Amino acid sequence: MSALTLTMKTRLDQRVDMSPLVCNKLEGMSVTDIAAIELQNGKRKIRVDSLFAIKGSDTKNLVIQGSFFKLDFIGKELDGGTITVNGDVGAYLAQEMKSGTIKVKGNAGLYAACEMKDGYLEITGDSGDFLASALPGNKQGMKGGTVLVKGNVGQRAGDHMRRGTLLIEGNAGDYCGSRMVAGTIAVMGQTGRYLGYAMRRGTLLLWNQPQLTATFNDCGSHTLAFLPLLFASFRQLNSKFASEAEAFNRVQKYAGDMSELGRGEVLVRI
Amino acid sequence: MIINGVTIDATFAEAFAMKATRAIITAQNEKWAMISAQAMTGFATSVIACGCEAGIERTLLPSETPDGRPGVSILIFAMGGKGLAEQLETRAGQCVLTSPTSALFAGIDEGVQIPLGKNLRYFGDGFQVSKKIAGKRYWRIPVMDGEFLTEATTGRVEAVGGGNFLVLAKSQPKALAACEAAIEEMRKLANVIMPFPGGVVRSGSKVGSKYPALGASSNDAFCPTLKGMSKTELPPECESVMEIVIDGLTKEDIDIAMRVGIQAVCDLGAEEGIQRISAGNYGGKLGPFHFHLQEIMA
Repeated sequence: MSALTLTMKTRLDQRVDMSPLVCNKLEGMSVTDIAAIELQNGKRKIRVDSLFAIKGSDTKNLVIQGSFFKLDFIGKELDGGTITVNGDVGAYLAQEMKSGTIKVKGNAGLYAACEMKDGYLEITGDSGDFLASALPGNKQGMKGGTVLVKGNVGQRAGDHMRRGTLLIEGNAGDYCGSRMVAGTIAVMGQTGRYLGYAMRRGTLLLWNQPQLTATFNDCGSHTLAFLPLLFASFRQLNSKFASEAEAFNRVQKYAGDMSELGRGEVLVRI
Repeated sequence: MIINGVTIDATFAEAFAMKATRAIITAQNEKWAMISAQAMTGFATSVIACGCEAGIERTLLPSETPDGRPGVSILIFAMGGKGLAEQLETRAGQCVLTSPTSALFAGIDEGVQIPLGKNLRYFGDGFQVSKKIAGKRYWRIPVMDGEFLTEATTGRVEAVGGGNFLVLAKSQPKALAACEAAIEEMRKLANVIMPFPGGVVRSGSKVGSKYPALGASSNDAFCPTLKGMSKTELPPECESVMEIVIDGLTKEDIDIAMRVGIQAVCDLGAEEGIQRISAGNYGGKLGPFHFHLQEIMA
């Protein structure tokens, strides 16, 4: 059985809600049934076959070809299976994803991996603001799983993040790790202003010295035993994080945010 | 059955169902991993009074440990799951948490999960940090030498305790030399420990005592100085008997360990003063696992 492949036929002006097209919801459906699914497009609904050419039938392995930045909610609540996207995606990629794998060969919009529960998300390009964060008004962002972004990410990455691992090969915008509850965010590139703003717990693992606010206290330089285990867990990834040359266990530790609980840590490679 | 002049008695060792777990201790170097492991497995020769039976299984190369440092794997056995959990936690807290540069990891993933560092974390007084890495939960507990890293839980499995054999020799030095040879070979095996001092016990016991308060007492039938005073099991020229007790994760592990140990003793043979190999049992009524010596050595 070949992968269920949806190839975009036309680029619409209005945004498209792609949430019905996830592996677990398509399981057991014929290609005809899938073609007849209606997607919200602005204020109207459109059939899947009016937007995509459909090939293949393996609903556990969904491929979206020619995607562009107006396809929102791709992989929402995905629970098993694999979604591969060639092209950019819109907002809310992998929102509340429960398990499975999503790989985007392009850029992602706002709120990617927001409130994600488990599974693996890989974005080869950049990701917008509020990556792995909570929806506005909610108190817990990403709750588990692993997110890898090979490019740069916008502001508020990991806002309210509760658990899981967020790996960023590029740069992170302002307020990275803001209001973080727990979890791990690793940034290989540069970080912006107000890093870890109001973070309660959690780890910000950095390759470059950040610009820290006065509410982070220097705890000195240390060799930490958990870091080799953490880096070993990255070895299977298709990423710079998998490289032994990038692994380290000596860090400068800063604790904060002291204006909040103050149990968080910023660990900077030395 | 006679092997190299050594008589293998037509008897069996009787063993019991136990609960067991494995823990891996790592440290800056093998010396300190071993010190911590020795402390953790100390005073754990017999469940009769120690609460558990524990021993060092083997040393581990850095490539074999979770954190890439030298390590030691230990096995702990107890009669019940609750007792095992209590002993594990107490020993981990007093012997590994306290040991410089140490870290503690689960050695068995499957089975019922019992706390390893899950409750030790409270030593961190609120400064402890949890990390879930590759599906496993770890605790980082701040201590004076840096951080104590421990896995939250380890797996508890069904196991077998009390496999044994007795070495009957012409003299005490001959008996000890034979047991040392057996232990040297048996320590190369995985999944088993010989919990007594140096792996050898010289005070084998029988069930019951003339003193009502005692549940066990000296095995007078195998005490050479009582040959003329009790119903002895010993030949006239036997001057010393020593026992090797084996706990293993499975019956098959103990089978192998007994065969390897008895073979090492028999390799020394009658020429080195070894007379007989026997085993301790309770008539087959107490323990569900029976290890027939002649079947094992067949």
